[in-house]
Amino acid sequence: MTALDTLNAISPQADAISRLFVGVLTVLGLIFAVVAVLVTFAVLRYREKPGVQLPRQIYGSHRLELTWTAIPILLLVGIFVFTVKVMHAARPPEDVRAPDILVVGHQWWWEVNYLKSGIVTANELHIPVGQRLLIRLESADVIHDFWVPRLGPKLDAIPGHPGYLWLEADQAGTYRGACAEFCGAEHAWMRLEVIAQPQDEFAAWEQAQLAVPAAPTSAQALAGMKLFAERTCVNCHRLAGTSADQRVGPDLTHLADRRFLAGGAALNTPSNLAQWLKDPNSIKPDSRMPNFQFSDAEVAALVAYLESTK
Amino acid sequence: MKGHELTGGGIGAAVADEHAAWAPHESLLGWVASVDHKQIGIMYMVAAMVFFALGGIEALLLRIQLAVPHNNFLSPETFNELFTMHGTTMIFLVAMPLLTGFTVYAVPLMIGARDMAFPRLNALSFWLQVFGGVMLYFSFFTHGAPNAGWFSYAPLSENAYSFGSGQDYWILSLLVMGIGTVAGAINVIVTVATLRVPGMTMRRLPLFVWMTFVNSFLMLMALPVLNAAIVMLLIDRLLHAHFFTPASGGSALLWQHYFWGFGHPEVYIVILPAFGIISEIIPVFSRKPIFGHEFVAASTVAIAFLSFAVWAHHMFAVGLSPVANLFFAVTSMSIAVPTGVKIFNWTATLYGGQLRFTTAMKFAVAFLLMFTVGGLSGVSFAVVPIDWQLTDTYYLVAHLHYVFFGGTVLAAFAGTYYWFPKLTGRILSERLGTWHFWLTIIGLNLTFFVQHLLGMMGMPRRVFTYPDLPYWGGLNMVSTIGAFVLLFAVAIFLWNLRVSFAHGEEAGDNPWDAWTLEWATTSPPPVDNFTRVPPVRGRRPLWDLAHPELADELQRKAQ
Repeated sequence: MTALDTLNAISPQADAISRLFVGVLTVLGLIFAVVAVLVTFAVLRYREKPGVQLPRQIYGSHRLELTWTAIPILLLVGIFVFTVKVMHAARPPEDVRAPDILVVGHQWWWEVNYLKSGIVTANELHIPVGQRLLIRLESADVIHDFWVPRLGPKLDAIPGHPGYLWLEADQAGTYRGACAEFCGAEHAWMRLEVIAQPQDEFAAWEQAQLAVPAAPTSAQALAGMKLFAERTCVNCHRLAGTSADQRVGPDLTHLADRRFLAGGAALNTPSNLAQWLKDPNSIKPDSRMPNFQFSDAEVAALVAYLESTK
Repeated sequence: MKGHELTGGGIGAAVADEHAAWAPHESLLGWVASVDHKQIGIMYMVAAMVFFALGGIEALLLRIQLAVPHNNFLSPETFNELFTMHGTTMIFLVAMPLLTGFTVYAVPLMIGARDMAFPRLNALSFWLQVFGGVMLYFSFFTHGAPNAGWFSYAPLSENAYSFGSGQDYWILSLLVMGIGTVAGAINVIVTVATLRVPGMTMRRLPLFVWMTFVNSFLMLMALPVLNAAIVMLLIDRLLHAHFFTPASGGSALLWQHYFWGFGHPEVYIVILPAFGIISEIIPVFSRKPIFGHEFVAASTVAIAFLSFAVWAHHMFAVGLSPVANLFFAVTSMSIAVPTGVKIFNWTATLYGGQLRFTTAMKFAVAFLLMFTVGGLSGVSFAVVPIDWQLTDTYYLVAHLHYVFFGGTVLAAFAGTYYWFPKLTGRILSERLGTWHFWLTIIGLNLTFFVQHLLGMMGMPRRVFTYPDLPYWGGLNMVSTIGAFVLLFAVAIFLWNLRVSFAHGEEAGDNPWDAWTLEWATTSPPPVDNFTRVPPVRGRRPLWDLAHPELADELQRKAQ
């Protein structure tokens, strides 16, 4: 059961849905049981027997038919009442207040902007436990869908049509999510994680994110820093404390702190990062990251630099 | 007890020398140039079988790719092309033409007519369907097949994100087929409205005919919505308009409203004729009339009307206003009521019967259970908050396959075993049929049941691969194994068609003691269908003829 994320809720929103889901599944299961028992009984009981006369010709019964019209209607009215209640609990009313976090879907990664602190990160959201945050959802290109099953309902990120979603976790932990609307070649690797932390840990994370990375000290990392500025990296990425200030690709300021690369396609280890820089297609085919034909030494230098920016 | 002589000349000659009447039809030209509804119906079914094989191979490739996590069997681009083609094929090139084939073949016979109202239009509809399908598959030989999904959501389907010509082929082929479908719908409506044999009042129409008649109105109203929308998309793509491009002032949501405005009625378009098939088969093999003919007929109309008012339940996750969401929740829940009525009426028909478990009946009874699973899981998606969790996950994939495979495909199998004797004069092997049946049921449930769990675990649909999370690999492997069981089942079915066509047991006119008019003529029927149509004094003319003391109208008055 614990693997069934949708029934294993961690937030009040997901919890309300999960309870409704269990209730509805129970009702549906019972209806199926009734049909299955009726059909099975008929199959066993009324099998043709040799030498038996024609069965009595029965044309119907309005009383029975009205019964099996009315009972489902009553059940559905009941389900509808709970539907209204849970809809209210699970989704914020329109324009309730200023959003806390702006999440922008890109082919194929998530841009995460903390609107108050100014922190920008990608593919993972750190949130303080027990605090209800309002997410504003946008898309930079096609339709995506933000979905973290244990934390609540999914919502499409539609270009030209922003959406709002509560994000809240009652327990510390890492909760996996994914893009749930088909968005092109690498839809599968547009995953995300929500990391819910106790207030003090979250504050520490914020502090670390806001810090501008110190200039590297090792010669290799310095060479990497030079490469980063000279090559076209800066045309797409942002890295605080450098001239790189673009938002086409993910913000790399504290890349080394993240658990995954490329929307979940690989763990963020130095060797995977090297592989990614050398041949992005080998990790995530069709990704927007170009293959720059770096030499091994250049890759090593860039890895050393990016790993130094914790 | 005098039957109705068909009017018009040439009947005597055709029947007197039946061989001469059939001879030209045996040639390839005889088929290609045919305007005979029986030949066109059979060609529809054969074409659908060919595309069923293609769509099935696509599904198997997808399942191989998904069998284990982090698989590299298919590239993401290929995977996306294949699932787009699988969905498009199964809906537009299999389900619709297959059911149209049954309709075009059986409806004129069941109402005692000699052909469709517009035989040449009938042929046009069929050939538009075939060439539309060929054009769609031709895209594989150009810059690649379409890869934006069978729903082609904008702006992903727009130039900026789908620059190959595959998307244009998708649009053009759907447009060609859509025109054929609209023409076919008009043909069925006019045929049923005007060509019924005297005595066959609308209230006495066999339920299969009634449901395809209602269904034709659905097609007539739903397909133009799609046709208009895809032309708009084509204008966007080729003439750089901005209907669905938010970046230049268009609306991505508009496409979804259009697409599902067509798309939800479409779901019923490919299930209502299946309901019709089941409504014929269950009574015949229960030796009883259908329980509550009027309720079953009326619930079909209710479904048809409601199907136009539920489209936005495909869009609960886009963030419509709560009022809009609630409206579509109510209508979507409502549609479960007439559907439930049907299930209970079919089940009640079994009660007190003498059930004959031919392969057709086995598939029909299995339909009752499997379609109920799909119908019930569909209710989850009418409950807006549950939809917010489960839409676009494997739970939805499971749901729709229980509806289309557990519903439409099982009914089509049932219909094939039922009508094959009429089509060919020979009965399909019951021994092979039993193997086909059980492997289908096992394969269906292995493949799709576990997908409910994957969806509940958080697996989105349309992903070419997935991370190695607990149970994901195992359940996906089970699903893939199930798909191969289905391959085996279908292979046995095709083998059965082949051997029974050549060596099957002779059927005679009416091997099932059925009671609708198509069983009053020879198997296969002559070109003009009937020499003489029996009198129609009730809903079961051949029953009345065989059991005059138990004739329907007499008994109904007595009850």
